[in-house]
Amino acid sequence: MTKVDDTGPSYPDLSGFDLPADKLAQIKAMQEAEKRSLMARKAELEECECREGMFPNPIASRRSLFAGAAAAVAAGALPVIARADAPPGAIEFDVPDDSTKVQGRLTNDDGGYGSRSQFEDEVRWRFPTATKESSWTMTPLAAGMGIITPSGLHFERHHGGIPTINPANHTLTVHGMCKTPKKYTMADLKRFPSESRVHFIECSGNGLTEFLKPNLKTVQGTHGLTSTSEWTGVPLSTILAEVGVEPGAAWILAEGADAAVMTRSVPIDKAWSDAMLVYGQNGEAIRPEQGYPLRLLLPGFEGNTHIKWLRRLEISDKPFMTREETSKYTDVVKDGKARQFTFMMEAKSVVTFPSGEMKLPGPGFYEITGIAWSGRGRIKDVEVTTDGGKTWHYASMQGPILPIAHTRFRFPWMWDGNPALIASRCIDETGYMQPTIAQINEVRGVNGSAKYGSIYHLNGIMAWAVAADGTVTNAAHQV
Amino acid sequence: MTKKPFTRVSMHTALSVSVLLASGAFAATANAEKFGFGTTPTAEEIAAINIDVMPDGRGYPSGSGTVAQGKEIYTQQCASCHGDDMQSVKGTGADALIGGRGSIGTEKTKKTVESYWPYASTLFDYIKRAMPFTAPGSLTNDEIYAVSAYILHKGNIIDADATMNAETMSKVEMPNKDGFIPDPRPDVFNYR
Repeated sequence: MTKVDDTGPSYPDLSGFDLPADKLAQIKAMQEAEKRSLMARKAELEECECREGMFPNPIASRRSLFAGAAAAVAAGALPVIARADAPPGAIEFDVPDDSTKVQGRLTNDDGGYGSRSQFEDEVRWRFPTATKESSWTMTPLAAGMGIITPSGLHFERHHGGIPTINPANHTLTVHGMCKTPKKYTMADLKRFPSESRVHFIECSGNGLTEFLKPNLKTVQGTHGLTSTSEWTGVPLSTILAEVGVEPGAAWILAEGADAAVMTRSVPIDKAWSDAMLVYGQNGEAIRPEQGYPLRLLLPGFEGNTHIKWLRRLEISDKPFMTREETSKYTDVVKDGKARQFTFMMEAKSVVTFPSGEMKLPGPGFYEITGIAWSGRGRIKDVEVTTDGGKTWHYASMQGPILPIAHTRFRFPWMWDGNPALIASRCIDETGYMQPTIAQINEVRGVNGSAKYGSIYHLNGIMAWAVAADGTVTNAAHQV
Repeated sequence: MTKKPFTRVSMHTALSVSVLLASGAFAATANAEKFGFGTTPTAEEIAAINIDVMPDGRGYPSGSGTVAQGKEIYTQQCASCHGDDMQSVKGTGADALIGGRGSIGTEKTKKTVESYWPYASTLFDYIKRAMPFTAPGSLTNDEIYAVSAYILHKGNIIDADATMNAETMSKVEMPNKDGFIPDPRPDVFNYR
């Protein structure tokens, strides 16, 4: 049995990089937070017999400790529910020795809304920003299956906390360069013809710690700011037709009803093409942390533009130059200028199994799997390497392959037990192939002579190193 | 209100006519049928939430404030997070507001209102909608003009005796006004 190292994982020394202090502090804070979370998980693993294996799951064994308590409950007594012990989103129930010898829980005793198993404990992981109002959490991609992200695990980015909004009182006002300004209640919006579409949303800061060298340990830390849901709502084009957009209109300001009154300017051609006002997520109302009751969805655009808690759309001839599109979400590149309105999230993929902090139990068959996505449309091909990029092989892609959505890929692999370097790269329907991180840094200059701490829009190839003992570590920049 | 139900064809017509409207063609002849849901907001209702301010001066409310007034408000409302020196108080998450001019694109890049923000309107707009953090949207327009004036003065952008109002604020030229370029991506070409 491997002894857990009390000192925790070690991280690369960044002192050789002349980074701006705020960028350095940001990366160090992310390292510390990930370290704490990994150590907590390892501490749980120490206590149980489940620490070997590809998907270490401390819960399964820990839960059996409660079996004794279960036995103490007399037959016919109400089940003992210790909610405090259950993972978020689950309820703690006693585990019978033999589930075939006692009746199970009562039908609909959950009040009519189910919860996940008490043995499943995957959760979002929060980046340790100074305040919890302005912060973000990352989706546990390694545990993900298929292409849909469970609503409760969708990544978050808030700038002024999560507002509590009564939908009965929420309205959307559309005004500016239009013939008939309108105010819509949620009931009004739901009367319009609706559509459902599966799309990813990715924060343009996804991967910010990996620009210079491998940094965070897990795929949740390196890639967890992307999630896919089925969204339901009204095409924005329907609303624009209703209000009668005036000639010369070129931009629309979208504004949220949170404490940040978040605003972004959206090009009107995007608004006419595939933008949506969504009130549904994965078959139910959109979650509060995703914008309840109404969110602007701009398929393929950086996450910040998908304004949550949407209360206002103002049609104009010029962009509004809000804080989030000038001082933030802009990329300083090597000539000292900052790229602005860098909306598109370009083609990207990542292997989620095997990935950082996992351990392969020994040589033999493994199914390499991961996700690929592009803001420009469908994924055309995904290729996988197990030899550090010397040879690439087509992965199989799970259909239907949807435009601007996570696409699940799989690749069968016989591991011979020698060190391996695993990575994926994707090509979208425009022919754009996911570049290496080095190529991106070469063009933008982030890792060249000047280091300006540009932190957005990293879509480079991600690699994982499998050691001879089966441990998997972050090998970004090695492919 | 009676309406015949929309067919797929009529909806397409409505949309395409509107697209043409947006481009300016056939503006006089179009009279597309609409769903007609929603209500017409009053001018007051729109004004209550139409708080944005644009670089060309559109949207600035009436009111004014001086650098001296701004110093007082800053001390009361802003300094606890942004710092008396506007360099941000460690652990608050607040940004530094001044300094770093000319540093963008160098190895000592420091992004502040002074060094990076291209428009003064963004400063007014952001304070009005989101500041102070513990009581967002609580400052009066006069107070926002004043505290904007103080920050711009400390950033050596306006004089100590300046008064900010709709007119003067829209004329402020920020040091990094030419620092931004459109998105040129795709910027790596491995096409196949």
